[in-house]
Amino acid sequence: MFERMTGGLRGIGHTAIDGVWRIGYASRFFLLTLFKSGISFRRFGLTIKEIYFSGVLSLIIIVVSGLFVGMVLGLQGYETLQKYGSEQALGVMVALTLTRELGPVVSALLFASRAGSAITAEIGLMKATEQITAMEMMAIDPISRVVAPRFWAGVISMPLLAAMFSAVGVFGGYLVGVVMIGVDEGAFWSQMQAAVDFRQDILNGIIKSVVFGVAVTAIALFEGYDAPPTAEGVSHATTRTVVTSSLAVLALDLVLTAFMFRG
Amino acid sequence: MSKDNLVEINNVSFGYNKRPVLKGINMAIPRGRVVAIMGGSGCGKTTLLRLIGGQIKPQQGEVRVAGQVVHELDREELYKMRRRMGMLFQFGALFTDMSVFDNVAFQMREHTDLPEAVIRDLVLLKLHAVGLRGARDLMPSELSGGMARRVALARAVALDPMLIMYDEPFAGLDPISLGVIGNLIRRLNDALGVTSIVVTHDVHESLQIVDYVYFVSEGVIVAHGTPEEMRQSAKPFVHQFVHGEMDGPVPFHYAGEDYGADLGLGHV
Amino acid sequence: MERKTLDLWVGIFVVAGFAAILVLALKVGNLGTFDMSHGYTLIADFNNIGGLKARAPVRSAGVVVGRVTDIQFDNKTFEARVTMDIDGRYRFPRDTTASILTSGLLGEQYIGLGPGGDSADLKNGDRIKLTQSAVVLENLIGQFLFSKASEGAGKK
Repeated sequence: MFERMTGGLRGIGHTAIDGVWRIGYASRFFLLTLFKSGISFRRFGLTIKEIYFSGVLSLIIIVVSGLFVGMVLGLQGYETLQKYGSEQALGVMVALTLTRELGPVVSALLFASRAGSAITAEIGLMKATEQITAMEMMAIDPISRVVAPRFWAGVISMPLLAAMFSAVGVFGGYLVGVVMIGVDEGAFWSQMQAAVDFRQDILNGIIKSVVFGVAVTAIALFEGYDAPPTAEGVSHATTRTVVTSSLAVLALDLVLTAFMFRG
Repeated sequence: MSKDNLVEINNVSFGYNKRPVLKGINMAIPRGRVVAIMGGSGCGKTTLLRLIGGQIKPQQGEVRVAGQVVHELDREELYKMRRRMGMLFQFGALFTDMSVFDNVAFQMREHTDLPEAVIRDLVLLKLHAVGLRGARDLMPSELSGGMARRVALARAVALDPMLIMYDEPFAGLDPISLGVIGNLIRRLNDALGVTSIVVTHDVHESLQIVDYVYFVSEGVIVAHGTPEEMRQSAKPFVHQFVHGEMDGPVPFHYAGEDYGADLGLGHV
Repeated sequence: MERKTLDLWVGIFVVAGFAAILVLALKVGNLGTFDMSHGYTLIADFNNIGGLKARAPVRSAGVVVGRVTDIQFDNKTFEARVTMDIDGRYRFPRDTTASILTSGLLGEQYIGLGPGGDSADLKNGDRIKLTQSAVVLENLIGQFLFSKASEGAGKK
């Protein structure tokens, strides 16, 4: 009985120590990446290549999802607003929802599952096939050569993807609201423009997506770099990347929203 | 300490989490020679290479490469030293996102300011030496195991190192590729005037190409000498290893409780 | 992948991303409707600003001409000091009045500018002297009840 109780306590203690240790290790990895970022800018070609893999290849999923989300917002928003006789505010609703929340958040979630998992798998496999060790033995620092360019590519790609998501989403809302349902076009745009503020709404949305880009890419890189060099280890790490970075995006969104849109 | 030894390993011990892997190893690798380190799987051969490359620190003793104690070097000095080492990894470890050409050119581009035209000539030279000049545009995924190993070899000698380390260069190769790699190791060593360390468990191939052999078992050196001495050796371990016998000083059974006791029969 | 095609794709990607930001700023947001870079600042003191908030619109004849940038409480006059940015394209006479109005019955509050007849225009940093505070609904109802009560008392 006593043995079982202490066993449980030991389990909790072990988990806590493990968790703290991992957070410390991850922070150190993150700082090292920042510290060793020189090469990603001096030889920008390295970063451009990674922008292709994480940004350009995520383009289709982002644009298509943005269009659908915008159209759904148009339909749902119209249903609700119509009850209060204010369907002309549809443009405002679609635009604010997208620029403030759905644009940055949904594109970050999609980015985590599309690009984040790919980054983890790639780095994990490079480690499993000794490519990372080989690089170290060639006196080349894998953090500055492999990790940092991918990190900056993610940070650069994310806000651009989020902006495209929002822009396409507004267009989707326009298609459904104005073209299909027949909300007055002038009211749709003018009310939107009167209510959406560049600094308050759009710029804050972009800032959000930059933060999400940092979080998702850093988590993906860390999970890949930390993965046990086996097939099982890499697959676990990939799953963890998607789960952890999605949760991180949602939690960060709450914090950022509280700071940005208070009052 | 002799000037003729490029690598000296003095009384080195190392273990992973209390499990000792190496126990007081002494070794000397003379310049310009091909030296094999042999032993069964998991006897700590690869650990030795990692110690020489400075990836891990010995818990006791020291490894000297070209007179410098490896684990006392700071990061910059270590990287400087590694530039003069080439390493061939077990399965090549080619960079999968680059073509064969870019793989071989990688270190030249990273470490030198050579113009691209010079790099091209150098890369073709190295690829020609391993007979794969025509495969320069292929991706690593398009290569056979033997070809990948040869490309990795070309990459290992890209910066004309003073020391080349081979980690199981023969693992998983067909007999023809095996012979090709074995020949290349010998030829490159003599042509470039480097020193080579070959970690392997392939006795027949390596005894034909190396100058000196160390046998490692359970963390200690059990025998060493020239290939000829090894073939003639009467030591039971060497005999078992060279002739591939199933049981001998290297037990077939992993150390465990008495079989009878394990089955619950009491002591038999 | 050929290096050139890669660069091209990334170029397209970056341009599309910035185009999206531009569309958001100009077409969706209000950056296109205002020219704040050439704007000027006006100040107005109010006894009571009601529910006016920073970033509320400033309107004249129903047209949005600027935005409230800052609201402070003045410790000396015990009034609210409202700072607003006005679009540089619009000019107002010096005797312009500022009042806090509500769009609709329960809508958001904004500042309405009523131009006067002075020949000189308001300049950057000027103060609007004639102001009318927000109508606070509670006070209005209180006044109404009070007047009804006194009416009743007079009849007796």
